[in-house]
Amino acid sequence: MLHQSITAAVSTSALVVDRVGVAAGKVPIVRDLSFRAEAGRMLAIIGPSGSGKTTLLRAMTGEVSYSGSVVLAGYEVRGLGPEALATLRGVLPQASQISFPLNVSEVVGLGLTGERRGRRHRHLRIAEALARVGLTGFESRVYQDLSGGEQQRVQLARVLCQVWEPLPLDGPPRWLFLDEPVSSLDIRHQVQIMRLAQDYARRGGGVIAVMHDLNLTAAFADEVLVMRGGERLAFGQREEVITAKLLSEAYDFPLEILKREGARSVIVPAGGEEAPGP
Amino acid sequence: MSDLTIPERAFLSLKWLGLQEARQGNREPLARAVIGVLVVATLAIMLASLATGPIAVPVLELLPHVPAYFLSALEGAPEGVTLRDWIVVMEIRLPRVVLGALVGAALAVSGAVMQGLFRNPLADPGIIGVSAGAGFGAALFIVLGNAALAPLMALFGIYAVPLAAFAGGLITTLLLYRIGTRSGITSVATLLLAGIALGALTGAMTGLLVYVADDQQLRDLQFWGLGSLAGSNWDKVLSAAPIILAMLLGVPFLSRGLNALTLGEAAAAHVGIRVQRLKNISILLVAAATGASVAVSGGIGFVGIVVPHLLRLTMGPDHRYLLPASALLGACLLIAADTLARTIVAPAEMPIGIITAFAGAPFFLWILLRRRGLTGL
Repeated sequence: MLHQSITAAVSTSALVVDRVGVAAGKVPIVRDLSFRAEAGRMLAIIGPSGSGKTTLLRAMTGEVSYSGSVVLAGYEVRGLGPEALATLRGVLPQASQISFPLNVSEVVGLGLTGERRGRRHRHLRIAEALARVGLTGFESRVYQDLSGGEQQRVQLARVLCQVWEPLPLDGPPRWLFLDEPVSSLDIRHQVQIMRLAQDYARRGGGVIAVMHDLNLTAAFADEVLVMRGGERLAFGQREEVITAKLLSEAYDFPLEILKREGARSVIVPAGGEEAPGP
Repeated sequence: MSDLTIPERAFLSLKWLGLQEARQGNREPLARAVIGVLVVATLAIMLASLATGPIAVPVLELLPHVPAYFLSALEGAPEGVTLRDWIVVMEIRLPRVVLGALVGAALAVSGAVMQGLFRNPLADPGIIGVSAGAGFGAALFIVLGNAALAPLMALFGIYAVPLAAFAGGLITTLLLYRIGTRSGITSVATLLLAGIALGALTGAMTGLLVYVADDQQLRDLQFWGLGSLAGSNWDKVLSAAPIILAMLLGVPFLSRGLNALTLGEAAAAHVGIRVQRLKNISILLVAAATGASVAVSGGIGFVGIVVPHLLRLTMGPDHRYLLPASALLGACLLIAADTLARTIVAPAEMPIGIITAFAGAPFFLWILLRRRGLTGL
């Protein structure tokens, strides 16, 4: 569906967001925002609630109309139809309700909507995807009967099915757009899902994740985009952006980073054990 | 095994249906088997209905001669068959059975498509007022076809009434969709309430026509409100068949999109579905098929709710199988109900809508009660 020459392959491995704005009616939600993400890396978007993270993600996935330009794999997103976009990127929404009692394997199979290969291949792929998210044996369970965390993992398996190969032989790298992928999960599965996303990036795909958890962001993201009030507050390598000063400014709340010998740093509210006063 | 519903278990007790596959979450072999069973059942019930009635007819002996009836201008009854039997089957019962099959299939598939589109198992053209809108369109032509609307009647001939019903159904559906949908999300509660209001409005407009109708038209209108296949003839079959067959042939192309739509409109677009186009085509097909059915048989309710729901319980909600299975089971049930309608109070006839409502309304309540704890609506 998407043809490009090998010489163009270098420029097709990026997501370039240039002066993007999104408005709901006359109210601006995202303003004049630019950054560049590379396939093979994981980018986390952080910022307080209402800072426009999810709206920016929706602009990048082609869900809402935007001003400025979003170029994914060399194509302007607003010019691509749903079929073409579906081969380039998968999207994991925040929470997903399903209207009919599909079972787990049927939900995951919806990720193979554009798949032309046969049934045997489909079922193999579904089984692999379920194994990745740790839900082998759940195939015939009804989706609505699962816990929120299990549902989220089923949805991730579906998205993985859609963009299985991060670096397909015949096209540009593929992208995963994740909207708060771990918000409804327990800590073990949070780490499991973040590792899956990291692995996707390591194998050559692009990952963009809207994150609430700063510690998971610090542990897994390669680049971080910090948003506040619909604008870009900071963008850069994790080490440059995850600082007490910047995070405190972004969230308008005093935060400190506890450095630990031979272990990960921990981001906590400033002021020791007690909750900080005003 | 404990993950399966009771009907699934019943089907799976027959080993050849593929127990192992269903355990692995693959309900496709089961769905194919259900469709196979339904094909046989539909044919059997058609034959049984042809044989049932005040006059006993040796249907199986007549069957070989049926193609000749259509292909050549067969004069009178074929050899070895009495003229009476021949006319009873070919002119009275067969058009009725064929029309019943078409209408049953159209109603059930319309229900299934609309439920997929609105993402709710309670959506149905009858309940949200589409049938009432179609009914008004058709009533307009029944009553005014020889007066104010005579030029249109002359232009469209036997297709005038189905086309008017189609237009009425389409306008109602579009209105409902506009009212019920805000920023891409369809509120089913709003939809149902708006459907009640629009249904009442179109019903009142149909009621106004009563004042200008003559006796024959009045009887037509009255019978029609309850729904009936009485008075079926080949003209009616011919007027409804093209629209309904076009719809039945068209919906399989929607099944991929309707499956994805269970994820919600945004996620369906993410996996590559053109959602707006899917919605437009679905609404068009449902309005057309509902209009055609209403035009020939009036308001037969609940088929579109009961049939897809029973099938989802049995084989799951995959539209690739649900839509053809709905067509078959809808045909089966409507032919059965119609056979009952014309024998239960013989020599008089009961409107079939009474039978489908007696069976369907409690079923509808049962679905509501089962869902009450689960979701808002």
